[in-house]
Amino acid sequence: MKLEEEIVRRQRDRARIMALLLGAFVVLVFFITIAKTGMNW
Amino acid sequence: MPTIEMTNPAALPADWRDLLALTKPRVMYLVVFTGLCGLLVAPVTLPFVLGFTAILCIALGAGACGALNQWYEVEIDAKMRRTAKRPLPGGRVDRQSALHFGVGLGFFSVILMGLATNWLAAALLAVSILFYVIVYTVWLKPRTTQNIVIGGAAGAFPPVIGWVAATGHLSALPLLLFAIIFLWTPPHFWALSLFVRSDYAAAGIPMLPVVAGPQNTRRQIFIYSLPMAASAIAPWLLGLTGPIYGVSVAVLSFVFLVLAARVLANRATEPAQMAPEKKLFAYSVFYLFALFAVLVADRWLAA
Repeated sequence: MKLEEEIVRRQRDRARIMALLLGAFVVLVFFITIAKTGMNW
Repeated sequence: MPTIEMTNPAALPADWRDLLALTKPRVMYLVVFTGLCGLLVAPVTLPFVLGFTAILCIALGAGACGALNQWYEVEIDAKMRRTAKRPLPGGRVDRQSALHFGVGLGFFSVILMGLATNWLAAALLAVSILFYVIVYTVWLKPRTTQNIVIGGAAGAFPPVIGWVAATGHLSALPLLLFAIIFLWTPPHFWALSLFVRSDYAAAGIPMLPVVAGPQNTRRQIFIYSLPMAASAIAPWLLGLTGPIYGVSVAVLSFVFLVLAARVLANRATEPAQMAPEKKLFAYSVFYLFALFAVLVADRWLAA
């Protein structure tokens, strides 16, 4: 495999994982805030 | 686009799977499980999301320890069959990336723990990470046969952190849980190090079987198993748990002592003839899982 193709593939994979983790983190912080403020839904 | 052969994989950005492997996910189960049990036996019930976050932080802290351990021990890992294919000795991740990843994960886990639960739990998590990396990995492991005895304290923190995350304070039961894992660690690791002794010797790690020999190690395994069994039953004797825990752990500990006695009676020097040691190692993992599982069962069934 060409080196540049492999670099782009890995960067794309890592960017996807990072996007998923950031999204999950935002959701987690939202629910932590709800729990800490004692709001009952 | 020019075609360039990949001769140095470490020059590439690390694959996310290799970064995940740096966290040693396979050895994280016990840490997460004991942390979860510490949280579940606490007299305070956290909202689900805060409990989940506390366990996530313990897992991330353990991941940071794994990454920083591999960052520091890359040359040692390269000399051992068991560890030679890890991402760093395998050249799939460069050292600086591993260091940044481990430090970042460690800071993130501590700060998130503090914000989601309380800062005492966060401080204990920080102490456990620093203890594992600085006291165990850097200081004790390459220097003394007592490495696993004192270093075992790092692995004993999770149930305490889980309890403190729920309650905000320390008490007798989590300290006893700490003592159980602390005293369980030497027989567990020495059983393993007996049948991978040549690996440790090749890497120059002064594990007890390498320095003191198999028979002395077998004696120490049995000696340490006695206070471990006593500390395991102590929560029941002190009235901190009920009979479900007490009777189950008495049986589990008796079997542990029988297996440790079989190890003591073995005279083999070759790994192929070390069935009792392999059996004790496998049972020791089951023992800790079962002990914490019955602890939680005792607490919830009694309630």
